[in-house]
Amino acid sequence: MKKQLIPLGIFAILIAFLGIGLTLNPKDVPSPLIGKQAPTLELQQLKFNKSFNTHDLLGEPWVLNIWASWCTSCRQEHKLFNQLAKQYSVTLVGLNFKDQEDYAKQWLKELGNPYKLVLHDPEGKSGIDWGVYGVPETFVIDHLGVIRHKFTGPVTKELIETTLVPLLEQIKQEQNL
Amino acid sequence: MMPSENTGLFATLAIPEVGHFALILSLSFAFVLASVPLYGVRQNHQPFMQIAKTAAIGQFGFMGLAFACLIYSFLMDDFSVSYVAANSNTELPIIYKISATWGAHEGSLLLWGWVLAGWTLAAAFLSKPLPENLRATMLSVLGMVAIGFTLFLLITSNPFERMSEIPEQGRSLNPLLQDIGLAIHPPMLYLGYVGMAVSFAFAVAVLLHGEFKMAWAHWAKQFTLVAWAFLTLGIALGSWWAYYELGWGGWWFWDPVENASLLPWIIATALIHSLGVTAKRGIFQSWTILLAILAFGLSLLGAFLVRSGVLTSVHAFASDPSRGVFILIFLVVAVGLSLWLYSIKAAEVHQRKRFVMVSKESLLLLNNVVLVAMMATVLLGTIYPLILDALGIAKLSVGAPYFNTVIVPLTIPLALAMGLGFAANWIEDQPQSLLQRLWLPLVISALIALLIPLLLLPSVEGWAIIGLFMAAWIASTALMWLIRARPQSLPNSMQTFGASLAHIGFAVTITGITMTSIYSIEKDIRMEIGESYSVDDYRFEFLGVKQQEVANYLTSKGEVKVYENGQLINTLYPEKRLYLSQTMPMTEAGIDAGLSRDLFVALGEQLTDTAWSMRVQYKPFIRWIWLGAILMALGAFLAIWQSRMRTSNTSPQSTKRKESLPAGKKLTETA
Repeated sequence: MKKQLIPLGIFAILIAFLGIGLTLNPKDVPSPLIGKQAPTLELQQLKFNKSFNTHDLLGEPWVLNIWASWCTSCRQEHKLFNQLAKQYSVTLVGLNFKDQEDYAKQWLKELGNPYKLVLHDPEGKSGIDWGVYGVPETFVIDHLGVIRHKFTGPVTKELIETTLVPLLEQIKQEQNL
Repeated sequence: MMPSENTGLFATLAIPEVGHFALILSLSFAFVLASVPLYGVRQNHQPFMQIAKTAAIGQFGFMGLAFACLIYSFLMDDFSVSYVAANSNTELPIIYKISATWGAHEGSLLLWGWVLAGWTLAAAFLSKPLPENLRATMLSVLGMVAIGFTLFLLITSNPFERMSEIPEQGRSLNPLLQDIGLAIHPPMLYLGYVGMAVSFAFAVAVLLHGEFKMAWAHWAKQFTLVAWAFLTLGIALGSWWAYYELGWGGWWFWDPVENASLLPWIIATALIHSLGVTAKRGIFQSWTILLAILAFGLSLLGAFLVRSGVLTSVHAFASDPSRGVFILIFLVVAVGLSLWLYSIKAAEVHQRKRFVMVSKESLLLLNNVVLVAMMATVLLGTIYPLILDALGIAKLSVGAPYFNTVIVPLTIPLALAMGLGFAANWIEDQPQSLLQRLWLPLVISALIALLIPLLLLPSVEGWAIIGLFMAAWIASTALMWLIRARPQSLPNSMQTFGASLAHIGFAVTITGITMTSIYSIEKDIRMEIGESYSVDDYRFEFLGVKQQEVANYLTSKGEVKVYENGQLINTLYPEKRLYLSQTMPMTEAGIDAGLSRDLFVALGEQLTDTAWSMRVQYKPFIRWIWLGAILMALGAFLAIWQSRMRTSNTSPQSTKRKESLPAGKKLTETA
């Protein structure tokens, strides 16, 4: 082989890895919480001045979406949650994370509110229990209160169609057994 | 302020479309540039080749018009343009409305495109030393690069896209970017990155041409020097900004985005020296060409890593996989094709000439190899997480310890060979006489490296001795080279002076890095109002925190008086800012800057009514890191200024330095 071909060879290998890299999500760190009981959240609600304990959701699957008004990628996925709430019946719980109440309310007013209830965690204390790595993150919790899946970063239309909805369907079937 | 109804109506309706249209026109000029001159070369038809100049002007003009339209949309607060709405609001000061134009992905890419058109224009009009057909081929290659960039802009990242619902207020520029250092950092960096396109196009044209003359290498070296100088300044600005704005007191984080700028810099450094050897001795042609392709390839790779979201970085560009796919395809076409061309034609361009182990050229080659090794280790560390992830082995990140462990030892042979290279003669040198010439710098460097830590520094550390020795060795050999060269004419002396200054700049940077890394003092403390804390000879007295509303943010401004041996030397105001449009707090450090040390105070969290957490740092010689970079860039500009004078006054051959050529070995240019 000609030695002048070596750079081209190295380049081809590099490109192969970069190409594979494009299909992966570096932020997709597997959560150790999957398969474990979801930590209970007891927090003030954003709209009503009373607290809510997620223990009360036991018996039905629900989706926890962690968001904040300062988070730009939350804007992208918010539209998708709006759509999901319209088209599919599921309990969507919003967790407003490290945010100011006024900004959060303004945000929901502006972009719409897909959530059944919105919990407010201005200090982000719940983040430690749930292993929150960044905002947005979305957890799927089944009827038994077990975390089944975690989306790190904004969900996409594709992820909702190929992962979220099928998983919820599966949980509903399990529930009926 | 929304634009007023009558004057603004036309503006809000049409200007972004004018910009969009100008972008498309610029693309059509790029198509002309990429095809007609090349066809002219094939047909040996002069007028077709000369169309390159007109096409370059058109491309530059329309790209500039598009850019001006985007700036105008920012100034007019035209929030119907989604890019403007996402990155500006009415409260933003004018200067940041302008800099917001290139503050995010789409606009920065438009600036990138304009800079590319600018470099193309410069290459079209400042290339007298190149023969007509080589120039036409080179400009066509630049046209192809421009097609790629402009298509990328239009297809995936159109900055002029309108929104159907016009928001009343924009979302504002990321507060991190509301800073003068960061307003000028990207343009500098792009001038550097994109400048590599010229040497790349030159290299491809030479390969197509099948011949590489010494005088052409000299021409390419000038362009590369300018691009390198801008890249140096851009990297230094970024590092300086990270130091005072991020609030951590660090100056380099080995973040993927930083590495993306360092990779082409390392290779451009090697390229300049390799071009120098090719220009002087007519050897290393294929190596030079490979480096030129590599420098541009790494600039593109940097763009890919930063904008595709394949790596996590503190620098958040809105990442988008479709952009990643486009850049990857661009990378494959541009670099893949040129490397393929290289594999076929490099042997033809290369001239086999013997060169001796002990000579200036082999020492320069040695350092070239060290630089490429450095680039490879940084590249490996940067994409290692991606490789492991792709192979499904693990998810991890590579941090500063890896980079420091591999890069620091590599700088030792680099520094040593640099000193030897200064003293060595071209063609052939005697080891004994080389060492005889170097005993003085050797003794001076050893004395400095040993005496400074012993007498002046708080402790004697092995790495401090090594670092200081390297710095002193480079600076003293560079100075000695300058004195020994005793050039006759002013232009020549400017080149020698510039080169010497650039290398002394590198020594200054090494000194700064050594001192800061080893002798910094860093304390995270809790301070009650009225309390004092001492670091070394300095006492910091915390007087309290005031809340204020300024322009577009709220600030908590701390007041800290600094005493040196009991004398008040400065009052620092470290701040925490809360920007109105975003709820993310920002840290502005209070810094007392000095040539020999910085005192750095960052305000942390409020702990109680009267107590705050604070980070106090003593950073010896940190300014030298950036001062060195400024000297490097200045040296490059001086050398270039000289070269321009020389090419316009006399032919390159007649001013070839005589001291470097032993009698009877006069070189002739290879025809």
